[in-house]
Amino acid sequence: MKILVPVKRVIDYNVKPRVKSDGTGVDLANVKMSMNPFDEIAVEEALRLREKGVATEVIAVSVGPAKAQETLRTALAMGADRAILVQTDDEVEPLAVAKLLKAIAEEEAPGLVILGKQAIDDDSNQTGQMLAALMGRPQGTFASKVEVSGDSVAVTREVDGGLETINLKLPAIVTTDLRLNEPRYASLPNIMKAKSKPLATKAPADYGVETAPRLKTLKVTEPAVRSAGVKVADVDALVAKLKELGVA
Amino acid sequence: MSKTLVWVEHDNASVKDATLSTITAASQLGEVTALVVGSGCDAAAAAAAQIAGVTKVLKADDAAYANTLAENVAPLIVTLMADYDAFLAPATSNGKNIAPRVAALLDVMQVSDILSVEGPKTFTRPIYAGNAIASVESSDAKLVITVRGTAFAKAAPTGGSAAVEAVSGAGEAGLSSFVGAEIAKNERPELTSAKIIVSGGRALKDSETFKQVIFPLADKLGAGVGASRAAVDAGYVPNDYQVGQTGKIVAPEIYIAVGISGAIQHLAGMKDSKTIIAINKDEDAPIFQVADLGLVADLFNAVPELVGKL
Repeated sequence: MKILVPVKRVIDYNVKPRVKSDGTGVDLANVKMSMNPFDEIAVEEALRLREKGVATEVIAVSVGPAKAQETLRTALAMGADRAILVQTDDEVEPLAVAKLLKAIAEEEAPGLVILGKQAIDDDSNQTGQMLAALMGRPQGTFASKVEVSGDSVAVTREVDGGLETINLKLPAIVTTDLRLNEPRYASLPNIMKAKSKPLATKAPADYGVETAPRLKTLKVTEPAVRSAGVKVADVDALVAKLKELGVA
Repeated sequence: MSKTLVWVEHDNASVKDATLSTITAASQLGEVTALVVGSGCDAAAAAAAQIAGVTKVLKADDAAYANTLAENVAPLIVTLMADYDAFLAPATSNGKNIAPRVAALLDVMQVSDILSVEGPKTFTRPIYAGNAIASVESSDAKLVITVRGTAFAKAAPTGGSAAVEAVSGAGEAGLSSFVGAEIAKNERPELTSAKIIVSGGRALKDSETFKQVIFPLADKLGAGVGASRAAVDAGYVPNDYQVGQTGKIVAPEIYIAVGISGAIQHLAGMKDSKTIIAINKDEDAPIFQVADLGLVADLFNAVPELVGKL
């Protein structure tokens, strides 16, 4: 069974995003970029399934600019077998990404598509569910455990208030939550080896997918800032303040 | 006047609060029809009919909808959407699971987690973990939206008297099945609707200490209990306690952060709380930059003392 793992190049999660002064977006010039953390978890899960003998091949896919090659090389260095870049400089929304992934999935016929539950830039949380819808396949979203047996996969999901387990017929789409696994670091020899692994470059037009955005961003602003309040001297002062607030 | 269809989050008997905020958002767009999907959900449909602002309730009662599996539910919503201009769901785990599946089937680009309705097709939503707010305009013929519950006032749960109409869909899609759930039994208020929340961070040392320090304070105040991601990652409490960008987004009247340093990812989940109180021994902790009231103290002394004096 093949596993397809879509990955996205995003601002590194340790970097505090700055809104551009003209309100057109977030400043990404000279900012460290990395693989979306949820996607790293997806790559790791796919690799573990291959190591268990469940999967035979792990294919990483990205939709993005030429530099998204670096993100794919990271996936290859972690252990993915090959990669596909659908190269475009335009911003591609989840719906169009899902359409591109569907076209690739039709060519590659993976048993599982594992992807992050959301990207930490647009925070949409849509692509996996949309891909599942377009393919007419089941979805196991916000996964904290994935167990393949025969022609089905049991997915334990992080839901409000706890966990829920569902069983999906393969092929299926799984989106990862934080506690699914801890992704490995790529070793130096593997980083070197990744440079010679196959990476195919395509264009959205190769798949006949229209990527024009449906949502127009009118402006991007800083959130309202809270200002620091007062420090109280001791517990008694805190109790007094709490009483003023009507508690206790 | 546009017609909206709202996903009702319920437990068969009553309607969850997140639905009430979603109804407020929907009524800013147009007329509101509430959709109650489940198995044996008559009481929930009756409750939805009483919510102020709801003009009609559609009830889809079918064994196949018992666990609201997206594969079974999405086709039903897509069929119903022939008569509506917008589908809105609360940004709960259910809403986030189902809405994008509906959107893709309608060939619509969803607007996720909206904070405000600015116009018939214009909304604001958080991006970059709430570090920026985008104002976006949809060009799609129909709208699919998820709503951040804490950003909208709750519609009054009573005062309406809508008619309930039964609808049916294809039911079982044959793609997925429900195996089971482990929903934590929690007698404290639910985080997303609690008026007061007491949250603990990594400074609580371990699971036992977390319970001994945080729970008595929460119980004294009748508060819900939350935790930072660091505390969850360290295994002090289960993941459903997590407040933050990757956990729950909360906005209680009073939020008490105990031993929480205030990482961006945590602040993203609680910075809309009305009053934030921080107890931390590190006076330079970032949490103090957003706290209305700060106490620089060792939590192991301060919290028990506080419990004693309340």
